Amino acid sequence: MIQNPKLWLSAVALALIHLVVIGAGLFAPYDPTEQNRDLSMAPPMRIHFFDSRGRFHFRPFVCPWVAEAERAIPSGYVEDCNKASPLRLLVRRVTMRDGNTLKASWHLFGVDAPAQIFLMGTDDYGRDLFSRLLYGGQTSLGAGLLAAGLSLSLGLLLGCVAGYFGAWADDVIMRGAELFMALPWIYLLFAVRAFLPLHLGTRQAFILLISVIGLTGWARPARIIRGVVLSARQRGYVLAARGFGASSVSIIRRHILPEVSSVALTQAALLVPQYILAEVTFSFLGLGVGEPEPSWGNMLASLQTYSVLEGHWWMFASGIALVPIFLLFYSFADSLQGRLQLLDLSR
Amino acid sequence: MISAVISRLAQTFLLIFGVSVLAFLLIDLAPGKYLEEMRLNPQISQRTLAAIRTEYGLDRPLTVRYALWLRSVARGELGFSFAYNSPVWPLLKTRALNTLILSVTALLCSWLIAIPAGILAAVRVGRWPDRISAVSTAFLLATPDVLVGLVLLAFALHTGWFPSGGMHAPASTETDWLAHVKDLLVHLVLPVTALTLGALPVLVRHVRSAMLDVLTSPFILATRGHGISRARMLFRHALPAAANPLISLLGVSIGTLLSASLLIEVIMGWPGVGPMLLQAVLERDPYLVIAAIMFSTLFLIAGNLMADTLLYVVDPRIRRTES
Repeated sequence: MIQNPKLWLSAVALALIHLVVIGAGLFAPYDPTEQNRDLSMAPPMRIHFFDSRGRFHFRPFVCPWVAEAERAIPSGYVEDCNKASPLRLLVRRVTMRDGNTLKASWHLFGVDAPAQIFLMGTDDYGRDLFSRLLYGGQTSLGAGLLAAGLSLSLGLLLGCVAGYFGAWADDVIMRGAELFMALPWIYLLFAVRAFLPLHLGTRQAFILLISVIGLTGWARPARIIRGVVLSARQRGYVLAARGFGASSVSIIRRHILPEVSSVALTQAALLVPQYILAEVTFSFLGLGVGEPEPSWGNMLASLQTYSVLEGHWWMFASGIALVPIFLLFYSFADSLQGRLQLLDLSR
Repeated sequence: MISAVISRLAQTFLLIFGVSVLAFLLIDLAPGKYLEEMRLNPQISQRTLAAIRTEYGLDRPLTVRYALWLRSVARGELGFSFAYNSPVWPLLKTRALNTLILSVTALLCSWLIAIPAGILAAVRVGRWPDRISAVSTAFLLATPDVLVGLVLLAFALHTGWFPSGGMHAPASTETDWLAHVKDLLVHLVLPVTALTLGALPVLVRHVRSAMLDVLTSPFILATRGHGISRARMLFRHALPAAANPLISLLGVSIGTLLSASLLIEVIMGWPGVGPMLLQAVLERDPYLVIAAIMFSTLFLIAGNLMADTLLYVVDPRIRRTES
């Protein structure tokens, strides 16, 4: 762990981020689709430690937003600290589900109802942006991971077959890969997306998006893995195993795959951010996961309206959240690559 | 030499053919019913509908439709757009030109910045110019194009220094071409900046590593022994030797740029192929989708061919191995 701090730090940080996103139900104070129509586009709330008389409070509090002018369309919000409500840890909330069933849930933090807390402000429907960010991460990060898993397993399969068996299988697979790489990637995704139904349920859209991204991205990992397999095939112990009559499948499983695994892991670390971005791009353009379910892409979509773009900086949240995550993925891939080169040298 | 060129051209042709077949197969699976929608459109007469139907064989098998599409390509029509009710080529022509203007400008800008920046980082390796470039390229690499585009657009709206989208001001006319070009340049600033920022980090890093490889080789030490000046050493001796991987990268960078351009065009309202493709996907306009895809493939392949030719011209080692 001490030998390569960069690798472990980025791995742990990524794991933490994913944990928080998976546990969105606990960490987010609200349901991502819960609307407050009279509080649309409210800015992030400030967390106060000092009240208006300058007295320090050990328990921080928030002040609710009230519309600045009593107009039909509020132009802005001001804090009303007369109705301040203290922040509480581990809050139990009871909400209406589907109109009639009551549902209770625990949340890491919150304020006593009817007060509300919007750490990152609200969107155009008055939905809590922080909760949407966490739940949207489930969509976007999940899509990235699953699609990377899909295209990597496809790449592993085809790369191993092409590299190990060679001959016509190699020719066919590699020509296919060239065909897939002859198109700029986003155009390829568009081409595949074009023939699929436009209006889908969110779950269907999610699965469809993962399959489209995963199935079109196999070419690059397959080529890289093929190269590794080609060189691994010539190693002494592989030739020896073959001489002893081991079957192709067992050679690939016992001797080739371990050789390939570290390269595949590095590829995965590079593919995941690329695929997260693909999901974000598609949902941003309205071809992916649609409202009301949050995704980091469709959360940015409202910025396509100039009036939102100009005055509501907090709507950038999901785009900004991508930057540290991508940095971590790239630094993880980078240090994996470095470790790989060290291993190669010591061989 | 000639046989190499011929085989290369044949490969390219096969690749284009393959992509068009792939596109046709994909679009064929589309569940949309274009004919049904068109029949309900009062602006299209039954006679044109029948004409389109027979001309493109819309109710006939895939192979026939593909052959008919090839015929329309040969006639320079590239199929028929149902949404625009017109052949595809006149629609694509202006859009493709606009995308070319944007991407080529961005390509030039990013390379013109990347080469000196990469050289500087390589020469001052491990010192502060190198560190600054390492940190900034890492951040740029991690910043998605969507965010760059939106932030730049917000900046333009906030300051009012740049037009917020589009390609020409509404008042701009073709009559005064100098003012027209000026107007175009002003509108180019934002999308080109966004694309350049997106392309830069990869380019700078590659220039740096290619230059580092060369700078540690013995002949660079020899130039110093010969008393050749540093600037001359860098640009006359080191850069040409490092050019080989960079020219291959040039071909690849065109593809990534085209992908980024699609999104930036949509965000900035640039009337290129990107918004057209998006609209064609949303309106289920199959021939328009195919045309946009073929355009992007051709652009990418042309870029790669150009890079190969350039490599042949620049690198004497390649010429020697082939002759």
